[in-house]
Amino acid sequence: MMMTKTLLGAACLSVFALTVHAEEGAKLIIDGEELTIRANAPAHAENIDEVSSGWIYRSKETQALQLDDFDNPAFVFVDQAIDEWDKVDGSEGKACSSCHENVEDFAGLRPTLPRVDDGKLVSMENLVNECRTERMGAEPWKWSKGKMTSMTALIGVQSRGMPVNVAIDGDAAPFWDKGKELYYTRVGQLDMACSNCHEDNYDTMIRADHLSQGQINGFPTYRLKNAKLNSSHARFKGCMSNIRAEPYKEGGPEFQALELYLASRGQGLSVETPSVRN
Amino acid sequence: MKLFSITAVVAGLLASAAFAEPVAPSVVKYEDGVVMASLTGVAGDPVNGRDVFKNRKQGNCLACHVNAEMPEESFHGEVGPEMAGVADRWSVGELRGIVSNSKMMFEGTIMPAFYRDTGFDRPLEKFSGKTILTAQQVEDVVAYLRTLAE
Repeated sequence: MMMTKTLLGAACLSVFALTVHAEEGAKLIIDGEELTIRANAPAHAENIDEVSSGWIYRSKETQALQLDDFDNPAFVFVDQAIDEWDKVDGSEGKACSSCHENVEDFAGLRPTLPRVDDGKLVSMENLVNECRTERMGAEPWKWSKGKMTSMTALIGVQSRGMPVNVAIDGDAAPFWDKGKELYYTRVGQLDMACSNCHEDNYDTMIRADHLSQGQINGFPTYRLKNAKLNSSHARFKGCMSNIRAEPYKEGGPEFQALELYLASRGQGLSVETPSVRN
Repeated sequence: MKLFSITAVVAGLLASAAFAEPVAPSVVKYEDGVVMASLTGVAGDPVNGRDVFKNRKQGNCLACHVNAEMPEESFHGEVGPEMAGVADRWSVGELRGIVSNSKMMFEGTIMPAFYRDTGFDRPLEKFSGKTILTAQQVEDVVAYLRTLAE
């Protein structure tokens, strides 16, 4: 087992060389507009100097898919949401477009969410469902199902390129504190916190995966792994299951608080919605 | 009287069974993170230990550690130290302690405890009250690691 070690070691290194890493200094430019993929870390992310988009850590091939909206598979779903926008649903005979003439008017919303409205922390999914149930008389959509993720992608992409800028003080402070606590709390049989991988070990390989900072500025994100749009809460759930922890509920107070905290750690990065990841 | 004799017999059975039973995770004796005694009393099998090391459903040690001894595996993680020469750096007792619960030696480490079954927050139900590896799998991995000398 041991005698050919030097030889085996050399072979091992050559295997790594075959892994296609992204180029250092690659730029994320879509339709001629350069997005901010690195920024100085905000003061409240006290353990890191720089915040970086998950795009940086993906392979060249995966990165390329996000450079052109015709190549980006997420736009199939964005197009579905454009159709949905004009579709009447519910007892009031209304569509989204009955009240919101142009979806472009939502430019600027994505970077500020989640936010506190009347003492409650609300995500974009809550705002969409509030419209559906309160004004359209329609059934709410499930947090991470296709209609919702398509719609949050359509609304989110209107803000693409704008810097993430969530409020974390005032009414938002207790939610943010809770999110931060969750970020640093070890859970599951593997006994890991978000920070163990995404703060202490980002930019290293964990088996075949290049660990990122776990930024959420590109959500909902199209994943090659499941060929659909994924909400940030669905991704949190996946992470928790991976470390053999009982996930919190999508749309529940824990994941909403975590969403706010994570958004705040990406302060200054561009909204990339809808991004493409593995 | 009768009750007493039954109790004595049961106690006797338990005592003899204890020899064959692995040491329960909660009573593993750590001294500065080192576990001197075998968890099973059965010598570790390095060949099986090698499988446990790379198996994603078992140790999945390769997820975090580069291991030059298994170049046929494509993806080696870089989170923890490399495995080359690990047998020169650590004794059997130290390796057993590190694999069983490395937090006893390295406070705050990311490394999961592979032989611990309590004290977890929100473990998934199917893993609740269970260890990641069995006692013998720990012994097997330790035996394998002991072959990685330079």
